[in-house]
Amino acid sequence: MKALLLGFAALIAAPVSAQTVAITGGTVAIGDGSAPIENGTVVMRDGRIVAAGRGIAVPAGASVIDAAGKWVSPGMVAGFSDLGLLDVNGVEESNDTAARNSPFAAGIDIAPAINPNAVMIGNERLGGVTRAIVTPSTAGSIFAGQGAVIDLGADANPLTKPRAFQFVELGEGGARDAGGSRPAAYAMLRDAFAQAQDYRRNPSGFGGREKDSLIKRGDAIALLDVLDGKTRLLVHVERASDIRSVLSLKKDYPKLDLVLVGAAEGWMVARDIAAANVPVIAGALADLPAEFEMLAATESNMGRMEAAGVKTALSTVGANTAPGEHVVRQYAGNLVAIAKVPGSSGLDWGHALATITSGPAEAIGMGDEIGSLRPGRRADVVIWDGDPLELSSAPVAVYIDGAAQPMTSRQTKLRDRYMTPSEGALPKAYER
Amino acid sequence: MTVMMSRLLLGCTTMTAAIALAGCGAADERPQSASSKDTSDSAVAARKYARDPYPSTYHAYPGVPTLVTNVTIFDGEGAQIDKGQALFADGKIVAIGQSVDVPAGVTTIDGTGKYLTPGIVDIHSHLGDYPSPSVRALSDGNEATGPVTADVWAEHSVWPQDPGFGRALANGGVTTLQILPGSANLFGGRSVVLKNVYARTTQAMKFPGAPYGLKMACGENPKRVYGSKGREPSTRMGNIAVDRQTWAKAREYDRKWTKYEKDGGEAPGRDIGMDTLRGVLDGEILVQNHCYRADEMANVIDMSKEFGYHVTAFHHAVEAYKIADLLKANGVCAAVWADWYGFKMESFDGIGDNLALLQNAGACAMIHSDDENGIQRLNQEVAKVLSSARHSGIQISDATAWEWLSYNPAKALGIADKTGSLKPGKMADVVLWNGYPFSVYTRPEKVWVDGALLYDADNPTLRPVSDFELGLPGAGDVK
Repeated sequence: MKALLLGFAALIAAPVSAQTVAITGGTVAIGDGSAPIENGTVVMRDGRIVAAGRGIAVPAGASVIDAAGKWVSPGMVAGFSDLGLLDVNGVEESNDTAARNSPFAAGIDIAPAINPNAVMIGNERLGGVTRAIVTPSTAGSIFAGQGAVIDLGADANPLTKPRAFQFVELGEGGARDAGGSRPAAYAMLRDAFAQAQDYRRNPSGFGGREKDSLIKRGDAIALLDVLDGKTRLLVHVERASDIRSVLSLKKDYPKLDLVLVGAAEGWMVARDIAAANVPVIAGALADLPAEFEMLAATESNMGRMEAAGVKTALSTVGANTAPGEHVVRQYAGNLVAIAKVPGSSGLDWGHALATITSGPAEAIGMGDEIGSLRPGRRADVVIWDGDPLELSSAPVAVYIDGAAQPMTSRQTKLRDRYMTPSEGALPKAYER
Repeated sequence: MTVMMSRLLLGCTTMTAAIALAGCGAADERPQSASSKDTSDSAVAARKYARDPYPSTYHAYPGVPTLVTNVTIFDGEGAQIDKGQALFADGKIVAIGQSVDVPAGVTTIDGTGKYLTPGIVDIHSHLGDYPSPSVRALSDGNEATGPVTADVWAEHSVWPQDPGFGRALANGGVTTLQILPGSANLFGGRSVVLKNVYARTTQAMKFPGAPYGLKMACGENPKRVYGSKGREPSTRMGNIAVDRQTWAKAREYDRKWTKYEKDGGEAPGRDIGMDTLRGVLDGEILVQNHCYRADEMANVIDMSKEFGYHVTAFHHAVEAYKIADLLKANGVCAAVWADWYGFKMESFDGIGDNLALLQNAGACAMIHSDDENGIQRLNQEVAKVLSSARHSGIQISDATAWEWLSYNPAKALGIADKTGSLKPGKMADVVLWNGYPFSVYTRPEKVWVDGALLYDADNPTLRPVSDFELGLPGAGDVK
């Protein structure tokens, strides 16, 4: 253990280590849907995975970390989060997720606002989350703006991919944002696309500076990337009929690169989603008619969609995020649990893990880069003291881009301070 | 419009007449008996107002005498029995143990590889008063029109068709739950304790003999809601000031009514809100106090001493771990989430070890949901606490941890003599889990309430479908 700790300290000093590291003897889960491999090896170098699996030779000169009795998995990819955009959700002053009084919408780019020192990033990293899809929220427009993919490393460079996608609301939320109805939301969408094309045809003639213009130049530019399929369009809808309406947008805008977010009734139209080859970032365990748009919600949604051939990822969409983003592993575990419940559709263990690792990565078009231990991916690796989906397990080591991460957080410091609640020789303020 | 109006009026008249026939006679007599200065027991009783005017009409459904064998049992009071047996009949626990005397004709269930526990008791739920779907028309949890609404009763908001009850039963193994008003107000109103059995009326869900609770709230919510309206309270000191003024009035109300009931004379005016606070001062109604921060809980404890009442439990007590010793010394329980943190300023210091540190310090603690989804996985929430505890070097047994799910909340609801553990004679509120219930891979297999099998994973006809869901997409589906 001491050797391990020393190793981490050395790695922290050199964030992207040129050193070759081999993690040996653990149960290795690749994160691509495959079953876990006992007594496997993971080799990483220069911040990337070199190899992972069974029968992998430890390269000469590699520093070896013994993971016997432990599990090794890719770090979790938070499928739809606001990590780095706020310190405290309910504290407006700290919250950069939405801007009700801004004239801008689709043109909003969250990248410069990401704060790698946000306290939640430290807590969630310790919980095994290494990357996150981060999205703005809507306020006064159906378009929220451009989200990013970030890492949760304890360093100053959080951005993996800025402007990774555009986010739009087209269900009940979209109706609210557009002024009160779904038709108004579609009118706003189509008009915004039309104006973006106006801008393309004649940039100098495009207005967008008037106070009451519906979209600004920055919005138009952002939407052209969406129309051209260069930027994915993440669409939040829940109802089966809303999903069909979104899929049919491809008839008018053939290059749209769609991703469905939420999709509580996705199982009802799973074949259509699969045929359209549109991935889904679903809310995991929604099983209540929380809104009229999700009357048919069931925990079997993910299992049924996967069975129909839909590419799925799991997220905290629509869920309470107060437990933090690392709660997605509990959700994934529940999908394994319901596989045993008569009549329910769950997932096998490997696919359940994939929904919180490679699933979100692929949904955002970055499966070649993050989300699994396949060769060439960024070395985001978590060593667990047990099954990563099981509630009794916790990370014992976290690597991001191959760099070992600190294993303390503000939460562990609070715990340590109050392990004994009463004061000692000095007030609690002196214990740290 | 006119027609509707007159029908409405007619309806009211009819109703008033009916009430007068049923119960108003006693009230009419009160001034006469009061003026007599009669202090006989019957005269004192006649001067008292009804304490239970909306009584429980719950009835247990029929069950069959049932024996579960070869099963691991958490009895709810800290004991674990491996390869044990449990027998229940006529709605009650008959016996649990390594082996029990078995009468003829019982239904036997082989529990090999499975676990048997008391049904889960959730002390903090808004099912029914913030039901699904969460549309404004059904949003009945906060009477946010004034900071002191001790006069409202949650049971008058509860919609018994909330689909959430069925999910909590089938996915969560929850058999008893307290429905509270929200936390917008300092005095939010009365809570109601329900058996988790669907019924046509809320009265028919009410847990027989359960005391009422009074929901109180400190912290950000009341000061935000009323501060934004430009009225008191807009600060934490305003919260306590309004609380104290209200308790002072309640003491006066209690004094007047107690004197009147004892000695007669002119009846004081009824104040429905003050009735509730008087019930707290008399010890009949239990204070369930939403409070996050350690320093605010300490203020509330002092306030309770100042006015002579007891806080039964602090709910959402995110910082309880900081004052576990103070809570223990004052006999106040903490009802908490496993790991919620950081969603508002007063939850910034939330940690996953909260419940473990409370247990470690010997304080009364329990899990709660406050959430229509979380209530479906309270066993998993406790599993997360156990994991945090064990990773922090705090050893707590599984069987002890189950106390957080049933016995401790039952105690804090004043119903531990009736449910919350598998002691003989108690209600047969029982869950058979299809594996180790602190594993993420485990789900309820069967749930009994008062010995009646009301959920069976193997039997789709034993899957409740509320009126709301009937005939809608997904009705009767696995959920």
